[in-house]
Amino acid sequence: MRGLADIYTTLFRTDLAVQFQYRAAMVIWLIGRIVDTLVFLSVWTAVARSQGGQVGDFTSGDFAAYYIIMMMMGHLTFTWFMFEFEYRVRSGAFSPLLLQPLHPIHRDIATNISYKFLTLAVMLPTVGLMIWIFDPVFDPPAWAIWAAIPVVLLAFLMRFFVEWALALVALWTTRTAAANQLYFAASLFFSGQMAPLSLLPEWLQTLAALLPFRWMLAFPTELLLGRLTPSEVLWGAAAQVMWLGLSWGILGAVWSRGIRRYSAVGS
Amino acid sequence: MNYLRLLWIFLRIGAMNELAYQANFWVQLLQSLLNLGVALAGLAVIFSHTEELGGWQPAELVALLGVFFLMSGLIGALIQPSMQRFMEDIRLGTLDFTLTKPEDAQVLVSIGEVRIWKFLDVVQGMALIAVALVEIGMRTGLAHAAGFALTLAAGAAIVYSFWLVLATTAFWFIRAENILVIFQAVYSAGKYPVAIYPHWLKLAMTFLVPVAFAVTVPSEALVGRLSPEVLGGALAMAAGMLVGARAFWLWGVRHYSGASA
Repeated sequence: MRGLADIYTTLFRTDLAVQFQYRAAMVIWLIGRIVDTLVFLSVWTAVARSQGGQVGDFTSGDFAAYYIIMMMMGHLTFTWFMFEFEYRVRSGAFSPLLLQPLHPIHRDIATNISYKFLTLAVMLPTVGLMIWIFDPVFDPPAWAIWAAIPVVLLAFLMRFFVEWALALVALWTTRTAAANQLYFAASLFFSGQMAPLSLLPEWLQTLAALLPFRWMLAFPTELLLGRLTPSEVLWGAAAQVMWLGLSWGILGAVWSRGIRRYSAVGS
Repeated sequence: MNYLRLLWIFLRIGAMNELAYQANFWVQLLQSLLNLGVALAGLAVIFSHTEELGGWQPAELVALLGVFFLMSGLIGALIQPSMQRFMEDIRLGTLDFTLTKPEDAQVLVSIGEVRIWKFLDVVQGMALIAVALVEIGMRTGLAHAAGFALTLAAGAAIVYSFWLVLATTAFWFIRAENILVIFQAVYSAGKYPVAIYPHWLKLAMTFLVPVAFAVTVPSEALVGRLSPEVLGGALAMAAGMLVGARAFWLWGVRHYSGASA
């Protein structure tokens, strides 16, 4: 355990130094996230305005709070490995990672966290600016804020493992663009990005509860808005743990078989 | 006329290149249909809670979506690949080969690479426009169609000039692709009429990244709500940007020192 802690300390230190050199590439992901947030927020604010200020159980101020929190959740939980694995397999960049006496997932976790840490420098001022522009209504009970700490951590872990496990598909198919697009299209609706889940038709809400996406984004967001009861939070956390365990299990089962399949296309 | 012939040749080369990879056709078809499905499902969710969005009826927004896909297809098939290749040529110094050819280098650079499968988006966009127009039940008069054609051409010219100017900065900065990714992000906001955005964002989408001229204005012409001032503005902007981009390009080329220098 101590060994792993040492490894992570070193990984963080080198990753921070490396990523700091690629500031432009870092900002690109952020701009996409910020523009998307502005688009959905503007759409629903316009809808609320045309409906006399309220849609379902959301006022314009609620929408603002919802999408600002969701932007933060998206930032804290997102991973890029479903895109990166295609490149790794096609270019053979995966080979040196496999030679190291360390499971590549550790390096990816360290990179992901240090990226998020660095980009908070852009994210936090953006959140401040959006709070100033859009006037969100944000008034959760204190327990919800405390409960959000483990829930957000679980959301990060489960999304990381689900997407890392899915990214392994690239070891078999090499090309994953279309499959990735399908995943992100589903995520757009079922994670509550397109609209808060309570504004979707009933059958889509049922489906959302059965899929992993909701527990990555909509669940922590609704918790921080103060819209969930304590028992709903416990059920949600249980669902997160279930998905985390499931993807962990699949990852373990698939990993060694995938590595045998991998032939480093580039080499 | 000569340029049209050149364009035709480059289109044929692009087609031949990509026909070698026919699986790409199916992948692109799948991706285009998925994009369409997501966009329409999004509209369905929105219009289950309201009758109009920023003053646009559902069918009118479908028409706008059609224009959005049409323009994305043009950008993705022609403008983006050519400009990316142009920037790569600057970086590698292989732009030498283009500059020594006896045709105008700006023309050669602008049609340098064609991704024909992206034209699926154009087809998809036109289908959406047709469906929307039937739904709206509009008698499309000659003036109406002319307005659409003019604003669409102006929009395409503005987007092209914008890309050319950004790509030309590669003569100085070498790595300019990153700026273009920002265009993609902001362009995706054009799926909805700019009227719904806050004032500052509307200004940015009109003048900073010309999404409004590329998508919203032609759509306004299509559904018959184009004012003469906007039409005049779009045409003036297109002419100004074409001239400006040309001047900037010429200035940039003078800066180019070639691969061996």
